Amino acid sequence: MREFDLVIIGGGPAGMAAAIAAKKQGIDDLVIFERGDELGGILNQCIHNGFGLHTFKEELTGPEYAERYSDQVKELGIPYELGTMVLDMTEDKQISIISRSRGAETVKAKAVVLAMGCRERPRGALGIAGFRPQGVYTAGTAQKLVNCEGVIPGKEVVILGSGDIGLIMARRMTLEGAKVRAVVELMPYSSGLKRNIVQCLDDYGIPLMLSHTVIDIKGKRRLEGVWVAAVDEKNTPIKGTEEYFPCDTLLLSCGLIPENELSKSAGIELSPLTSGPTVDESLETNIEGVFACGNVLHVHDLVDFVSEEAVRAGENAAEYIKGKPSSTGVPVAVKPADGVRYTVPSRLYAESAADSVHIRFRVTGVFKNSAIVVSCGERELFRKRGRIFVPSEMQDIIIKKDKLSELDGDIEVRIEEAAK
Amino acid sequence: MTRELTCIGCPMGCELTVEVENGLAVSVSGNTCKIGENYARTEISAPVRTVTTTALTADGVPVPVKTVGNIPKEKIFEVVGQIKRTTVALPVKLGDIILEDAAGTGVAVAATKSVGS
Ligand SMILES: Cc1cc2nc3c(=O)[nH]c(=O)nc-3n(C[C@H](O)[C@H](O)[C@H](O)COP(=O)(O)OP(=O)(O)OC[C@H]3O[C@@H](n4cnc5c(N)ncnc54)[C@H](O)[C@@H]3O)c2cc1C
Ligand code: SF4
Repeated sequence: MREFDLVIIGGGPAGMAAAIAAKKQGIDDLVIFERGDELGGILNQCIHNGFGLHTFKEELTGPEYAERYSDQVKELGIPYELGTMVLDMTEDKQISIISRSRGAETVKAKAVVLAMGCRERPRGALGIAGFRPQGVYTAGTAQKLVNCEGVIPGKEVVILGSGDIGLIMARRMTLEGAKVRAVVELMPYSSGLKRNIVQCLDDYGIPLMLSHTVIDIKGKRRLEGVWVAAVDEKNTPIKGTEEYFPCDTLLLSCGLIPENELSKSAGIELSPLTSGPTVDESLETNIEGVFACGNVLHVHDLVDFVSEEAVRAGENAAEYIKGKPSSTGVPVAVKPADGVRYTVPSRLYAESAADSVHIRFRVTGVFKNSAIVVSCGERELFRKRGRIFVPSEMQDIIIKKDKLSELDGDIEVRIEEAAK
Repeated sequence: MTRELTCIGCPMGCELTVEVENGLAVSVSGNTCKIGENYARTEISAPVRTVTTTALTADGVPVPVKTVGNIPKEKIFEVVGQIKRTTVALPVKLGDIILEDAAGTGVAVAATKSVGS
C-alpha cells in the first residue's frame, strides 16, 4: 500500500495552494489526486476576468489564475495524479482511489486536505412544474459546454437565478450570438455581485426581473418557452402577472453546495448551515489530521479567499505531520446570531490558536451602515462598521489572539443595525 | 445633471454619484478608491471594457482569450466577431498574441491558457 504524509483531494485552486504551502513547510511526501484531466478545477471554465485582484493586484481570468498555481506546483515538483477519482475515505485515513493508469488502489495518509470544491444545485431540487425537456441546463454545465467544449446550447435563453454564474453566462451567451430574454430572480435582490449586473446585464440591455420566478415550462421533447410570474413576500406567484417567454434554453443558476459525499463516508461532521465540514480555527475537521478548505468547506465568491484559506490548511496540515499536537484545551462554539447565516470556524480553541484567527461568514440580507460585532457574553471582542453588507459577499474578519484569552462561553457573531 | 453608477473596478461595487456637465464628469463621490473615480470619468465620456471569449482551433477546440486592455464598449461585438473568424494553431501558450489589433481598436487579443504542449 502506498503511504503518504499528506494527501490532497482535489486539484482546484484550493488543493494547489494547500499543496504549495505544505511543500514550502518541508513536506515532500505529498500528492494531489484530481479526477479531472488537468489541474485548475472550476477555474478552467471561468474564462472571464475578475480573479486575483487581492493576491496578484491585477485582474486575471480563471485559467490565468489557475496557471499561476499549476506552474508553481510543477516548479516545486509536487506530485499530482490526474484522472484519479477518490471514492472513499475512512476515519483512519485510508483512501480508496481509482484511475485508468493504476486501477483501483487504497493508499494511506498521515494527514488529508479536503479540497473537492462544490457542485451546483441540481435542477431536480427546484420545484418547477412541467416536463423536463431538452434545453434545460444548470448555468455551470452550460459554461463548461461553451468555454471548454465549444458547444453553444441554444439561441434564445432565459436564466433563472441571478447568482454570478448565471450573470456571467447571460453575457457569454450574448457574445456567442444568443438572445438572452431575461434573468429571473425569486428574491427581491440579486445574489450576484453588482459589478456583474452592470457588466453582464446592463451593458447588453438584459432585464433583471427581481421577485419573479419561472412557474411553468412548456415543451415536451424540446423546450419551447417558460411562464414567468411575479411573487409576493411569501414567494407565492401572484395571479395575473404571468408572462410567457419563448426560448429554447433555460439556464438554472440557483446556487452551489459543497461536495461532501466523501466527507460523509469518512465520518466527518457536516454543518447544516454550510453543508461543509465543521472546522475549528485551524481548519481541522472533527477527525484529527483532516483539514478542509475552499468551496468544499463553504461556498466562496472570490478565489483569492479560497487560496488564502487553503494556504492555512496546508500549513496546519504540515504542522500536524511534523508532530504538533492538534488543537488543545476546551473549544468554545462560534455561533451565528442576528443577521449572520453561518460562521467558519464553528468552534475555536483559543489556547492553541495562532496569533490571529479568521472568522468568515455571510449575512442574511442587505444591511446598510451597520456593524459586525463579535462578542462572548457581555464582552465585546471585535467591532467593525461598514457602509454595506450583502449576502453575495463573504465577510472575512481577523481577531487578534490576545482578545481571545479567558473566554468563558460561546462566541457570537452578529450584525448590529444602525438606529433607524 | 447627476448620474448614479456602480463601479465595476472590484467586487465591492461602490455606488458612485457623478455630476455631469456637457457630457463630462465634473465630480465623483461614493468611491472608496481612485479606480472608482477614473471609472466614472471614462464611463461618462467613453465607456470601455475588457472582453473575454474563446477562439477556436481548426478542430473546434476552444482557446480562452482576452483583450490585452480595455476597448470601447461599442466595439465589443466587432471584436468578438473578428476573434470568431480567427483560427488558432496549437500549441498556444498563455500570453500568446492571437490578434495584433482587434477591430481597429489598437488593442491586441491574447490567449489566457496554455493549450496543447
Ligand atoms: C460551475 C461553477 C462556476 C463558478 N464560477 C465562478 C466564477 O465565475 N467566478 C468566481 O469567482 N468563482 C466561481 N465559482 C466558484 C469557484 O469554484 C471558486 O472560486 C474556486 O474555484 C473554488 O476552488 P476549489 O479548489 O475549492 O474548488 P474547485 O475549483 O471546484 O476544485 C475542486 C477540484 O476537486 C476535484 N474533485 C472533486 N471531487 C473529487 C474526488 N472525489 N476525487 C478527485 N478529485 C475531486 C474536482 O474535479 C475539482 O478539480 C464557480 C463554481 C462553480 C461550481
Ligand atoms: S471605487 Fe474602488 S473599492 Fe469601490 S468598487 Fe471601485 S475599485 Fe472597488
